[in-house]
Amino acid sequence: MPENLFKMNAKEYILPGSRSCQGCGLSLAYRFALKALRENTIVTLPASCLCVLHGLYPNTSVNIPCLNCTFASTAASASGIVAGLNALNKTDTTVVAFAGDGGSFDMGIQSLSGAAERGTDFIYVSYDNEGYMNTGTQRSSATPMGALTTTTPVLTKQQHKKDFLKIMEAHDLPYAATTSPSYPIDLYEKFVKAKRIKGTRFIHIHVPCPPGWSYPTKDTVRIGRLAVETGIVVLFEVENGKLRFTGRSRTLAEKGNKLPIITYIERQGRFKKMSIEQLSQFQKWVDSRWNEFLRRAAN
Amino acid sequence: MSDVQIITGNQAAAMAARLCNVQVVAAYPITPQSQLAEILSQYVESGSLRAEYVRVESEHSAMTVCISASTVGARVFTATSANGLLYMHEQLHWAAGSRLPIVMCVVNRGVGAPWSIFNDQQDSLSQRDTGWIQIHCRDNQEIMDSVIQAYRIAEQVYAPVMVCYDGFVLSHTMMPVHIPGANLVRSFLPPYKPHTILSPENPKNINPVLLPNPRMSAEGILCDGYMEMRYKLQKAMEDSREVIIKTSREFADAFGRDNGGMLWEYRTDDAEVILSAMGSVAAEAMAAVDQLRAEGIGAGVVGIRVFRPFPKEDVARAFRKAKAIILFEKSISYGYEGGLSSELKAAFYRTDIHAPVHDYIVGLGGRDVKARELVEAAKSSVEAIRSGTPEKHTSWLNCITE
Repeated sequence: MPENLFKMNAKEYILPGSRSCQGCGLSLAYRFALKALRENTIVTLPASCLCVLHGLYPNTSVNIPCLNCTFASTAASASGIVAGLNALNKTDTTVVAFAGDGGSFDMGIQSLSGAAERGTDFIYVSYDNEGYMNTGTQRSSATPMGALTTTTPVLTKQQHKKDFLKIMEAHDLPYAATTSPSYPIDLYEKFVKAKRIKGTRFIHIHVPCPPGWSYPTKDTVRIGRLAVETGIVVLFEVENGKLRFTGRSRTLAEKGNKLPIITYIERQGRFKKMSIEQLSQFQKWVDSRWNEFLRRAAN
Repeated sequence: MSDVQIITGNQAAAMAARLCNVQVVAAYPITPQSQLAEILSQYVESGSLRAEYVRVESEHSAMTVCISASTVGARVFTATSANGLLYMHEQLHWAAGSRLPIVMCVVNRGVGAPWSIFNDQQDSLSQRDTGWIQIHCRDNQEIMDSVIQAYRIAEQVYAPVMVCYDGFVLSHTMMPVHIPGANLVRSFLPPYKPHTILSPENPKNINPVLLPNPRMSAEGILCDGYMEMRYKLQKAMEDSREVIIKTSREFADAFGRDNGGMLWEYRTDDAEVILSAMGSVAAEAMAAVDQLRAEGIGAGVVGIRVFRPFPKEDVARAFRKAKAIILFEKSISYGYEGGLSSELKAAFYRTDIHAPVHDYIVGLGGRDVKARELVEAAKSSVEAIRSGTPEKHTSWLNCITE
């Protein structure tokens, strides 16, 4: 593990001029992910924020080959790249699919489950900004309870976020991990590790989104950290079924000092209509998941 | 070297794909295509075809795998039917828009709801505007020949090709088929050269967002807008007619069988009554024509082989002497008429062809189409036209309509 940011791969793969929003959590995460993946990589991605980040034809700010695909097809697109490269005996390239929560939790789940069940040799990255942000902040199954979106504009989202990692774990993957751009060394390390493993690897990135979540753009790193500090986002990795806390989450698990979720909630405009009851439900949901992680990590 | 084997249409398609040395196969089984997906699995697992076989979880993914594998430079193959084809619909546009030479067999089947596993051509006809070349086969030999030709066409014009054949009527019916030798196919079909290679050596962002107008690249080159790219696809489809005809002719020279290019004719030299159809119905129409001629009616058949690009010039020539045109179609454009009828009539605009066109919808959902029924329909049309009532509303043959 690089002990600090200066020990990482110094090369930049996202050049100045990306079309991401100011304060975009995704652009931060993508920058460190590509540094870990390095040159011999092909990315495929669907209609999403990342598609916009890559730029408008004929220019692109990303110096990694990329194949755009349709919304529901990201993992199948990666499968096709892998199959094509295998057929041509080019087997040393890392194939990486990057899709948002809409393209993973919702519309892309079929092709992702198919590719994972086949054990396709690729890394699937779900960058989760908890809504259809590229389309204008509509609700997704990854939106947390109590959040305002443009399709839950009055009553807020009534359901908890889908526990997507559980679904992915059910595919018996050689490697699955959660990450946050607020902890870039942890994120970098997990991509380096994933790159070395064969089979379907899954990485979840929790990406704070200033316009979608309604907080000042300068606070992206802070919001991402608070998500981890409160146990809403848990940094861990699962290797061949064995769960291990990593980074800040490991410290929290050891010291038992996670913060109440209100410290995360109160900083974001999207939760301004959250009821006390929802807040309490959300806290219970977080505590129960956290305890489950503690149990699993202890085994 | 060629030998003759008695095989089904699905076997012919699978053998053709193997002869073309496809490198990636992705397929999801659906009746009546399933046998084709199974035979290819057999080839790959037994090592007689060196290809990656991706056993996808859906047709949408089957076409996606073909798109991506073709983009990295592999020759790809898939096949489907009916609702499977419709499930691919989004990806059909994506494949054509990406200008990829994908070849797919469409084993024609009726579309639900309600369910039918049996044959008609509603599935492929409803994909008319996806930017795919459509070839319709009349028998199992033509399936074999068309798959081989399809790769050569697709890889020249950079447009995907559907090779369509009727479910069960051809897919599960055994016929004698000449199997060409591997060396002959290899010399007819050069290796696939992709127009753009997705490779780490030369990073590109393929199929990103485009703006309406052309834009300058970082190097100062004015690059296409969305509309220019659409025009280029249309131009490629229009220009593909010549490639299809040339390929068919060169195939005839090399293999000794002429499939006719855009269309084929049977006993049309002195024919006043032209029966026309696509696929196996057109083959059935040949038997009908023999019978009509035995009864003194000068009839012939024009089999429409390629539906897209539509053979505008070719039909204007083939139908120029017709006094009556009788169509048998296994699909319907709800609210109007059979698709072929509309296309043909539009192709006759400002030509000297003024013959009445009678359109019969036949054989939907697998209802049997007999040569005798085609004869009866043709005779009633000829009778009506001769007695001074040339206009006729689209009729549904062998169907209770009241």
